[in-house]
Amino acid sequence: MDLVTFGVQLLNAIQYGMVLFLVASGLTLVFGILGVINLAHGAFYMIGAYLAYWIATYSGSFALAVAGSVAIAFVLGWLMEAVLVKRLYGRDHLAQVLLTFGVILVLDEGRQILFGKDVHSVAPPEWLAGTIQLTDNLSYSVYRLAICVFCLIVAAAIFWVIRSTKIGMIVRAGAENREMTRVLGIKSDVVNRYVFAVGIALAAFGGAVVAPVSTVFPGMGDGMLILSFVVVVLGGLGSVAGAAIGALLIGLTDTFGKVFFPNVASILIYVLMAAVLIWRPNGILGRREI
Amino acid sequence: MGDADIRRWIVIGLVCLAAAIVLPFLVPAYYAQFAAKVYIMGMLAMALNLVVGHGGLVSLCHGAFFGLAGYALALATPRYDHAAIWWTLPLAVAAAGAVALVIGALALRTRGIYFIMVTLAFGEMLFFLFFDTQFAGGSDGIFINTKPEVAMFGRALVDLDKPLGFYFVVLGVLVAVIALLTVLIRSPFGHALAAARDNERRTRALGFPVFCIRLTAFVISGALAGLAGYFAAAQFGFVVPQMLGWHVSATVLVMVLIGGLRSITGPLVGAMVLLGLEEVLKATTEYWKLIEGIIIIVLVIVLPGGLRQLLPHIGGRMPEARPARKAPRAADAGHA
Repeated sequence: MDLVTFGVQLLNAIQYGMVLFLVASGLTLVFGILGVINLAHGAFYMIGAYLAYWIATYSGSFALAVAGSVAIAFVLGWLMEAVLVKRLYGRDHLAQVLLTFGVILVLDEGRQILFGKDVHSVAPPEWLAGTIQLTDNLSYSVYRLAICVFCLIVAAAIFWVIRSTKIGMIVRAGAENREMTRVLGIKSDVVNRYVFAVGIALAAFGGAVVAPVSTVFPGMGDGMLILSFVVVVLGGLGSVAGAAIGALLIGLTDTFGKVFFPNVASILIYVLMAAVLIWRPNGILGRREI
Repeated sequence: MGDADIRRWIVIGLVCLAAAIVLPFLVPAYYAQFAAKVYIMGMLAMALNLVVGHGGLVSLCHGAFFGLAGYALALATPRYDHAAIWWTLPLAVAAAGAVALVIGALALRTRGIYFIMVTLAFGEMLFFLFFDTQFAGGSDGIFINTKPEVAMFGRALVDLDKPLGFYFVVLGVLVAVIALLTVLIRSPFGHALAAARDNERRTRALGFPVFCIRLTAFVISGALAGLAGYFAAAQFGFVVPQMLGWHVSATVLVMVLIGGLRSITGPLVGAMVLLGLEEVLKATTEYWKLIEGIIIIVLVIVLPGGLRQLLPHIGGRMPEARPARKAPRAADAGHA
């Protein structure tokens, strides 16, 4: 493998890892703050992609498609917390698993009714549609680079909000000690609702930005859910930095696995997960007691 | 549970068994086949409940054990001949149990939500293994053209190709599974498993090897899920990767919830209710999954204790055990 090919694969790995990070950070935030496991997270990723496809088809604007998809997902997440998820606080994990499984069935069937089950593709915006010629027969799509940039901006924003703002302080405090935060007079129900809505919006954002590079199809949510779980298991539940490490590890393992060991590539990330479970059962950045 | 209670449950059980025996002679063949499907899925749900209800471990990979055993039968069945049940059934169950041992040994290093995510991920790994690779038919699955053969010394004992024969073999296996689970859960092993669910630290402090107990339960549960998968594959006549998918695991968890977590045969009732509901919904609307999803959501919110919660309202009897059963539920929600 020459250097250029290696560089291209590395970029692919990073781009994949960045998207994975955004989606998984939504999942890990929701767990960290709300203590709720949301199996419907992947379904919202799928819904985000379909919404982007739908808006892009009718408006012709990709930027509007991403913004609209994220906004609709935010509202859906807000409603889901207000109507369903708030009833899960203090309930056991089984209730959370089953309720969010019910939500998946509803979202899947809703998608079926509204958009059908066809596979769609979305055109990237025109100013990002080109390719960069690297060598005579090797080029790289500008849009893939743009995904990296989008995701870096959003990731930087997440880190900035969590580390340097008052909202972030509340979020960190909530993740550290939920009871104590409540005792100190933080209105946890308001925080919860917005965190959940932001988590869902992140999933939809991931779905919308990858729509131009990976097609839009019904099963995309399931695959993303599993990958997000593996990211969270690798990184440590509730840790956003851990999610970043986990996502990049999976991006690298999956991309280079497909290059070097094409036959077993789909198994490699699970081998990685098994290795981390043996080494650090609570994740690379996880605290000892969960 | 007092003596009177036990006696009543024995009577109820015998009445149900008698009803199950006469059922195929009274209803059209379609419903007998449907009943056999309920028994098979009920077996799977009861197997899952050993770890979920009695062990407090929410597993999302039992669909994988179920499907794996089905694939074992499919791969072991010759193209134009019957496979003998005497070796294919133990093979399928052992395969499911062996995979449960490996996944359980890794997943049981974690707790709570982690355990759910790890079992889900490993289960999906097996799904993708069968979906992506061609050795077992890939995404199309495999047809099982012939049912397994129950023969001894060259003579067929039961003909599984006949719906009636299949029905009674499945019913017999179901009764055996219920008996096995009852013995297991009433044994010191079952009590230790429940103790680890209610308070892991205290159980460990008392000297119980919690990890080994849970792993044993997980392997038995996985093997029994494989037993159900073997008969499911034999009944449907084909296996597809979706049999291993986590939607199967989650659907079976719904059956467990409907039937009630702390009972042995409750999940069987849950399987009957959920499959019956699906049958009715499929006949009435194209978008039956939407309705099913809404029903699941409402069930979780309204009936956290399953259908048993309704019993006191309907019968008025079955009283004393209820409050006692409530108390530990509320307690373990705290450190679940």
